[in-house]
Amino acid sequence: MSLVKIAWRSIQQRMLASLLTGLSIALGVTLVVAVIVAGLVVEKSFQSGNGLGYNMIVGAKGGRLDLLLNTVYYLNRPIENIPWDYYKEFLPATAHKDGKPGKFSAYIDLAIPVCLGDVIGENGEYRVVGTTPDMFDKLLKTDPNENLFAEGQNFKQSDFETAVVGADVAKHLGFHVGVPGHDTFKPQHGVGGDFHNTFKIVGILKRTGTPNDRAAFINMEGFFLIPDHAKGHVEEKPAKPGEDHADEVLKDPLPEDQREVTSILIRNASYSGLPPEAVAPELLKAVNKEFVAQAIMPVKEITILNDTFVKPTSLLLLVLSALVVVVAGVGIMVSIYNSMSERRHEIAVMRALGARPGTVMRIVLLESVLLALGGGVIGWLVGHLLVGAAAPMITEYTGVAVPFLQFAPISELILIPGLVALASVVGFLPALAAYRTDVGKALTASP
Amino acid sequence: MLRLQGVKKSFREPDGEILPILDIEQFEVAAGEQTVLVGHSGCGKTTLLHIISGITRADEGVVEIDGLDISRLPETARDRFRADKLGYIFQTFNLLPGFSALENVLLGMAFATGRPDAARGRRLLERVGLGHRMTHKPTMLSVGEQQRVAVARALANRPKLLLADEPTANVDTRHQQQIVDLIRATCHEENVALVLVTHTPEVARQFDRVDNLEEFNRALANGATSSSAVPG
Repeated sequence: MSLVKIAWRSIQQRMLASLLTGLSIALGVTLVVAVIVAGLVVEKSFQSGNGLGYNMIVGAKGGRLDLLLNTVYYLNRPIENIPWDYYKEFLPATAHKDGKPGKFSAYIDLAIPVCLGDVIGENGEYRVVGTTPDMFDKLLKTDPNENLFAEGQNFKQSDFETAVVGADVAKHLGFHVGVPGHDTFKPQHGVGGDFHNTFKIVGILKRTGTPNDRAAFINMEGFFLIPDHAKGHVEEKPAKPGEDHADEVLKDPLPEDQREVTSILIRNASYSGLPPEAVAPELLKAVNKEFVAQAIMPVKEITILNDTFVKPTSLLLLVLSALVVVVAGVGIMVSIYNSMSERRHEIAVMRALGARPGTVMRIVLLESVLLALGGGVIGWLVGHLLVGAAAPMITEYTGVAVPFLQFAPISELILIPGLVALASVVGFLPALAAYRTDVGKALTASP
Repeated sequence: MLRLQGVKKSFREPDGEILPILDIEQFEVAAGEQTVLVGHSGCGKTTLLHIISGITRADEGVVEIDGLDISRLPETARDRFRADKLGYIFQTFNLLPGFSALENVLLGMAFATGRPDAARGRRLLERVGLGHRMTHKPTMLSVGEQQRVAVARALANRPKLLLADEPTANVDTRHQQQIVDLIRATCHEENVALVLVTHTPEVARQFDRVDNLEEFNRALANGATSSSAVPG
């Protein structure tokens, strides 16, 4: 008969107390698992801003974090705009009337302009992004044959008032391509602001698990046709909030000298034999040296954001939830220790049968470990089941795809040895009491 | 098999006074021999059994079992020796309530050298007439059946010496003889020396050798009896 079996029998003898202490451990571990997975989801949500096909953003001078939040996550209002002429410095000779390439064009594989400011949705929860078809035809495609659209297709440069929307936008606002009444929208100039001209939805993107799921992309030409968006245009106060100015549409493409962009998404090219990753810092320096705009590398900024805010917060929550487990562990100690007075005789009998003091101590420690591990396994399962059940809701609100069984392997692998260590610590005091049992006295006392 | 020489044991009373319990000049039991130990309550029978089994250490003297003086061994060594070489039947059976009959017997082997032999455990239970009750917990066994499990447990590890501390005290008269016969027969079959403590004359009369502790415990000559002594 192994010591583990003896310990298990002892647990069974006090089943109710054992269940209650195991339950408290299970609840604590459920909380830890939920916090670990939640932290992973938040980190993934931030990291989803990487891997969007560009490695640099150029925008107006100002806060780097603002530029990152605007352009990658479509959060906050844009800080300022940069001139169209400056954007053209990133374009090759073919984009210039004089046939000369832009001064930064040698570093560039792709430069996509982005214009922000308008919103759609009842509470303006979704950002409208003015951009070019190249955003979807070149930037976001990792494979030329890849189809990014769940419905329809990309908008064409010549169809000014067309748009594609992200998966979340389509789902929550009930958009469908080609369905009358469900395939148009009017961008709004901020919540409570004017409604602009109507855009027809020609494509709905597949879910990407990135911020693009929560944005509506309109043809930049159509964006510029909205009178408010022309540089130098004096915005009139609306007669009343939410006034519809759909009939005020400029018909011809806006002249370049009246255009501004919020930011430029850059994908570097190789240059002078250097790979794109080595070219990026050079371009960064060149842009930041000037007074017009700033350049940031979103991966670096996201990492800083993650390390500065997300990770410390996740760690704090993890520590707090771990404390819950420790408190539950103390419950194990109290439960087993309280049982020692009832079990003095039982331990004395085992000693009389030849169990050494260290052996009975190991039996009590094993009880503690079995309780902690049993509660831990149940808590781990329940934690994952809860996260799995909440996964659709998490995906809906964060845009991050959460598999039914989302694991954080490294963090979760620490759980088992952590529980064993905790059980060993909390089991020590009752084990010591068992060790010190006076066999002769306990045997002669009434059982 | 068993040799005690010059064994003394005292306990400290609650008021601090030292109370001598045992003072035995010589006591021997040969291999396979069966003896009964008698004496009035408080004369030190249980203490003597505890010393022989190594549960308690004598203050002085030699306690030699199977050629080894266990009185000089550290506690863990005495525990191991007891697990390997001795069997003990308690007055109140002391079966562990959370374990089945078979598991209680296996506990008699669990702390010894080598792995518990479940087949031997089953054979022993069949030998004591409980082959059909192996999975029953003590609460589901009668008093007599519990004591038979205790006998099986005491013999589980093929001891050299079996100590029985008033094994019939909590058994009704009808079953007392059965228990005594069972203990004597199984000890005889396994060639195990037996020291059986009793204050029942009917039991004592069945043994060829009767040792009265009151006659050879010199501590009693000083009127040393106390039930409140604290081991010192």
